[in-house]
Amino acid sequence: MTNATQTAQTVQVYRVYIKATPEAIWDAITKPEWTHKYGYGVYSDFDLRPGGAYRGIANEEMKAQGAPEVAVDGEVIEADPPRRLVQTWRLLMDPTLAAEGFTRLTYDIEAREGGVSVLTVTHDLTNAPSTAALTAGQMESQGAGGGWSWVLSELKTLLETGKPFRS
Amino acid sequence: MADDDRVFKALADPTRRFLLDLLFAREGRTLTELESEVEMTRFGVMKHLRVLEEAGLVITRRAGREKLHFLNPVPIQLIHDRWIDKYTERQASALAELKAELEEQT
Repeated sequence: MTNATQTAQTVQVYRVYIKATPEAIWDAITKPEWTHKYGYGVYSDFDLRPGGAYRGIANEEMKAQGAPEVAVDGEVIEADPPRRLVQTWRLLMDPTLAAEGFTRLTYDIEAREGGVSVLTVTHDLTNAPSTAALTAGQMESQGAGGGWSWVLSELKTLLETGKPFRS
Repeated sequence: MADDDRVFKALADPTRRFLLDLLFAREGRTLTELESEVEMTRFGVMKHLRVLEEAGLVITRRAGREKLHFLNPVPIQLIHDRWIDKYTERQASALAELKAELEEQT
């Protein structure tokens, strides 16, 4: 048997409860002055309308490790602040990842009781096995970071304590 | 119950840990698929999945007529970050690697 019939979807879902408003979470995802303070620390540059460009600009630390100027790229599919952001997303950190092409990333933000919001990240990584391994944190020992659970854990800490992971 | 308590309680059961292992190996499974891997009634598996869901370790999503289950590792990451800082992490992971290597040889 070959894997020609391999059409199964690969989807990863992550959820975190954060004591912050949906607006604060939206800003932390879409504004460069926030995105460089947690996780991989790219400077996100969004044109927040359908068809608008997304670029994740590498920080100095990433560039020192050989990352290209634009480390991630994609296109906005849906932007409904502060509730829902759908975009395509492609890692350009190395040729293998770049060759896997665009994946589909959805952020859903919902207000709950007591000033808590829930952020759900749904990442469709169909036909992108290396990217999926990275976002699942399975390439951490190779210096590729801890993936989404690490990013979201830092995002939660940043918003709840104000303590940035990078200045 | 505090969030951490729910996570520890959910993890304190071998069947529930096995269900998480199944979802770690392959995400997006239906109840029927999960049930076929466990020697337990459908109702029993549903009960375990509910505990995992309440702890935030499992997330369900509708796909057409099916309800798919996904592993959410974030609560475990939060517990990890709470007790293991960047300094001890390296030592802990070195020990975990050593253990894995030694066990592979047997």
